[in-house]
Amino acid sequence: MTALAWLIPVALFLGGLGLVAFLWALRSGQFEDLEGASYRALEDEPPEPK
Amino acid sequence: MTVHALPLKSPTSIPAAEFQTPSTLTLAIENMHCGGCLKSVERAAMAVPGVTGARASLAAKRVTVSYDAKLAGEADLIAALEQAGFAAAPINLTAPSTDNERQSYLLRRVAVAGFAAMNIMLLSVSVWAGSAGDMDQSVKVLFWWLSALIALPTVVYAGQPFFSSALSALSGRRLNMDVPISLAIILATAMSVYQTIRIDDQVYYDAAVSLLFLLLIGRFLDESLRVRARGEAQNLLSLQRGIATVVGDDGLPRLMPAHALQTGDRVLIASGERVPADGTVIQGTGEVDQSLISGETAPVSVTPGSPLYAGTLNLAQPLKMVVTAADSATLLAEIGRLMQAAEQGKAHYRKLADRAAQIYAPAVHILGALTFAGWMIAGASWQTALTYAIAVLIITCPCALALAVPAVQIAAASRLFRQGIIVKAPDGLERAAEIDMVVFDKTGTLTLGRPELLDANVIPEHVLRAAASLAASSKHPYAKALVAAATLRLRTVAAADNVVETPGLGLERKTKDGVERLGSAEWCGVKTAGGGSEVWYRKNNDAAISFRFADALRSDAPSVAASLKRQGYALALLSGDRPLVVETIAAEVGIDNWMAGLKPADKIAWLDARAREGHKVLMVGDGLNDAPALAAAHASLSPATAADISQRAADFVFQGSKLAPLLEAISTSKRTRSMALQNFAVAFVYNIICVPLAMAGFVTPLIAAIVMATSSILVTANAMRLAWVGKP
Repeated sequence: MTALAWLIPVALFLGGLGLVAFLWALRSGQFEDLEGASYRALEDEPPEPK
Repeated sequence: MTVHALPLKSPTSIPAAEFQTPSTLTLAIENMHCGGCLKSVERAAMAVPGVTGARASLAAKRVTVSYDAKLAGEADLIAALEQAGFAAAPINLTAPSTDNERQSYLLRRVAVAGFAAMNIMLLSVSVWAGSAGDMDQSVKVLFWWLSALIALPTVVYAGQPFFSSALSALSGRRLNMDVPISLAIILATAMSVYQTIRIDDQVYYDAAVSLLFLLLIGRFLDESLRVRARGEAQNLLSLQRGIATVVGDDGLPRLMPAHALQTGDRVLIASGERVPADGTVIQGTGEVDQSLISGETAPVSVTPGSPLYAGTLNLAQPLKMVVTAADSATLLAEIGRLMQAAEQGKAHYRKLADRAAQIYAPAVHILGALTFAGWMIAGASWQTALTYAIAVLIITCPCALALAVPAVQIAAASRLFRQGIIVKAPDGLERAAEIDMVVFDKTGTLTLGRPELLDANVIPEHVLRAAASLAASSKHPYAKALVAAATLRLRTVAAADNVVETPGLGLERKTKDGVERLGSAEWCGVKTAGGGSEVWYRKNNDAAISFRFADALRSDAPSVAASLKRQGYALALLSGDRPLVVETIAAEVGIDNWMAGLKPADKIAWLDARAREGHKVLMVGDGLNDAPALAAAHASLSPATAADISQRAADFVFQGSKLAPLLEAISTSKRTRSMALQNFAVAFVYNIICVPLAMAGFVTPLIAAIVMATSSILVTANAMRLAWVGKP
């Protein structure tokens, strides 16, 4: 049963990590142009420096 | 669009703050379709001095540019993009940003609810498995508390869209479907917390959160379709404006966005450009295509003093005009307002899902309350009674209403999209399914909206060749039609040199053989009382030869009309044109009921009269003068060649030179409705079976949530049939 004491926090932490990653991606605008993104992946040029 | 070879002055006189925060600007891009275009747009924008960043979106057909307002201006960007081959127009960003916010507002909640639902389910499954095995009571309680820890913030956060909608409905003394949803979620959560504290069974965090997750998905899909349609409409509207060339006090031309023009500004309009605002000609004579305003294709001559209307096209010589009414005061804007007023009538339309909800919502509450009361009377504990009541609320949860109708509409829209029909308003599909009468506009709708040469094969070949080589240098619609017909028959047409065009009259060419003229009867010295739709050709003093033009019918117009009649729709033709012309077209297409010489307001009045008789009218039209009628009709369709404002008013926009998409739009709308009704039926059968079981206490809230999810998947799968079946 002591396994639970660290397994559950680990599970929640990993799930939470996924959620945070998604929310970050949403906030940084990665879902704004799903169509264009598929073309951008095929570009040869390096991305413009910010 | 023409390329502007005018000296650009930077910075322009437009304060950037007028539109949005200084130094970022979003532009609608008209013809961006692929990855290559995406890159070209960004590159063109980046090439403008002072621009620090440009990000184009292919899905939204927009580019967002950040720039230094001291070095670059709106007009520079538009001109640069135009040079690269893209029509661009600034978008007023207030509305779309709320659209985007709403979308990511929902998406954030979908993500949080999804995370919570999965984790709680993980804990719940352990508890179920454990209760059959040797799970310790203390571990079970720990799992419940953990579930509560995840569920409570989730319900508070992810439930907001439902709670706020339910609250606003209740404060308006109405019931909508969000009321029972909110009630079920709140009751299930509250009771679970109570039971957790008491260390008792009947803990249902899993049901509450899964329900929330599934419903949010449906809500998000529905919202996406709406946002996309709205965004496209807004792009269209922004693009109809464009830029103007203003002559300043110093006599230098300068580019300026058309929306920033002011009364009294002097504007140059190059040949082939659209007039940016209402005004009066002060210099130059020429011809203007007013079809956008009047619906008629024949060009109108203008001389100094003549009025010009925003949105009309300058066909011949460059004109200079003084602005008399800019932006919101133009005739174009006036028609826009007429249209908005007509649209308000449509806002009263009650969507299928809302109508169903009106009957459904009270029934759900009554059943829930009856269950609770029944079990209390039967002597059950209040926890048990409440559990059963919650199960009833969840079982009857309106998945068919919340998910199935949007799913059907998305499937239908994608099916129509593949056939060149864009669904602009999701409820347009519902309204188009109810129509019993189809009303057409003439020019540009039944006809192609451009003149074609009649009897092209009767005219002697050498005459046609000579006339076409003169015509090749002109932008006049008749000249273009002449060249097109000649190219079709003779394969190639060489443009003649030294052709001089006299606006309003015709073309002339002097050679060593003599003088050739192509133009009006007067220009060629012919005295006839013929109509306006002809052009004469004369060489020296030979007999003049006439070319007659007519606006060609869409090739399948008669067959589409016949097929609509067979299906039992009443047909009518409303036109602003002369009775004689309208009668001819009506006879050719096979429409008995026609009206000629109508103004936009007359068309609305006619439609209102039909509506009062109980007819539901589908209006098909394209001109700016049709826009108010399109908005007033029960449902509306407009070709992609239509005035932008008409496309905005229409529920559907179709592409191509055929009228057949009309039939497809109607039949798909009907199938969409029957699919939606089927889905209601599926949900209804589920309820018939499950509600008595739930009321009798055989269904726990979790089973209810699973059953509900199954029915959701079933109705969604049913909707997808619409997208797959009969793929072209």
